[in-house]
Amino acid sequence: MTLSVRIIPCLDVTNGRVVKGVNFTNLVDAGDPTEMAALYGLEGADELTFLDISASSSGRETTLDVVRRTADQVFIPLTVGGGIRSVKDVDALLRAGADKVSINTAAIARPELIAEISDSFGSQVLVLSVDARRARTESGFEVTTHGGREGTGVDALAWVQQACELGVGEILLNSMDADGTRAGYDIGMITAVRAVSPVPLIASGGAGTLQDFAAALDAGANALLAASVFHFGIHRISDVKAYLSAAGYCIRESALQ
Amino acid sequence: MIAILDYGSGNLRSAQRACESTGRTVVITRDFEIAMQADGLIVPGVGAYASCMAGLVAIQGDEIIRKRRELERPTMGICVGMQILFSQGSERSRDSAVLTPGVGLWPGEVSRLKADILPHMGWNSVETNPAGVLFAGVENESFYFVHSYAAKESVGQLTTWGTYGEKFVAAVEDGSLSATQFHPEKSGKAGLKLLKNWADSL
Repeated sequence: MTLSVRIIPCLDVTNGRVVKGVNFTNLVDAGDPTEMAALYGLEGADELTFLDISASSSGRETTLDVVRRTADQVFIPLTVGGGIRSVKDVDALLRAGADKVSINTAAIARPELIAEISDSFGSQVLVLSVDARRARTESGFEVTTHGGREGTGVDALAWVQQACELGVGEILLNSMDADGTRAGYDIGMITAVRAVSPVPLIASGGAGTLQDFAAALDAGANALLAASVFHFGIHRISDVKAYLSAAGYCIRESALQ
Repeated sequence: MIAILDYGSGNLRSAQRACESTGRTVVITRDFEIAMQADGLIVPGVGAYASCMAGLVAIQGDEIIRKRRELERPTMGICVGMQILFSQGSERSRDSAVLTPGVGLWPGEVSRLKADILPHMGWNSVETNPAGVLFAGVENESFYFVHSYAAKESVGQLTTWGTYGEKFVAAVEDGSLSATQFHPEKSGKAGLKLLKNWADSL
């Protein structure tokens, strides 16, 4: 009776389609988020994350439809992030079938949004997405926006502490230095954020080898998010879980087919 | 017909679809009569104990649950929908602790889990009682939990236990009244099987 570590594939979605390349076999439509979500579910994903990178309101409306179709077929937790600015946005996503939402830029611009969402729906629906890089702030980690291109001057550890006090239920820590490099998660950053975070921590950015996943857990991550290693077929989710299980970590296995 | 009680916002869609997978017709409703007449009633729940109770009382949901209990009509609480079946819930709002009365069909208080990292979020295994109906065929599966508070006292023999920081009530089967602290509608095939077990018992 131990809580399993969670393996979470992340899909970037715009205008109802997955944008990053994928390498699934036997896939009828490589760009359909619902279909990919279902396949990842079969492979043993413990949760799913959609990141809506649509630039238009019609694109966001399409995302709601993707969420509805996914929630109708895939019975594991679904987090949706991207462009969420209000309690109303959260309500629409939850009603469409999302279980959690992740917020980032809007919370930096207006931290009260965190309390507004958590007071309305409970902190368990709210994931704070922190895009951080190494920089000369007090802790050495700075919050960025726009995919790591713009610094905010906000210290990442101070921000995590403030957000936890305001009521987030989970931290999604994205290393902008490691993102896309497949050179490993930023272990120092995970260790530092773990030390100040009383809520579960999802590590993101840099997953390459199977050992990388274990190293992030050793640094204190409770869940591991990855995109490209799964989409490009470098590792299957089942391989990651088998590796972690053999290494002594508690993973979810199901006997049901 | 299974009715899902709608007394606040949240993801009811997954609960509806998961219940539909049992082969039953499923409606989401806040109508007193429809909720009373359903073969099985699901009481979901997200968010804080106090706001959940307030939402429930606003649609006379507490009355519906009590009356169904008296008539032995099956009801199943999920997550906070389970917690409100107990006598009371304690909740820390920022600095102060407040007690909120629940529907009170089971004795005991729902209190904060003693764990370093909260919420208890993710897939965890449970310690089931083989005499129950809900866990038939899924005794060794994991289920998806998201909560910081839990009941800690046994509710009869068919109490299923979970452990996170400390032992807590993960599920209860008490005649017509069942409940799970985890989300069966989000627990993959294991959760769907549990819902099927419940639906087949109606």
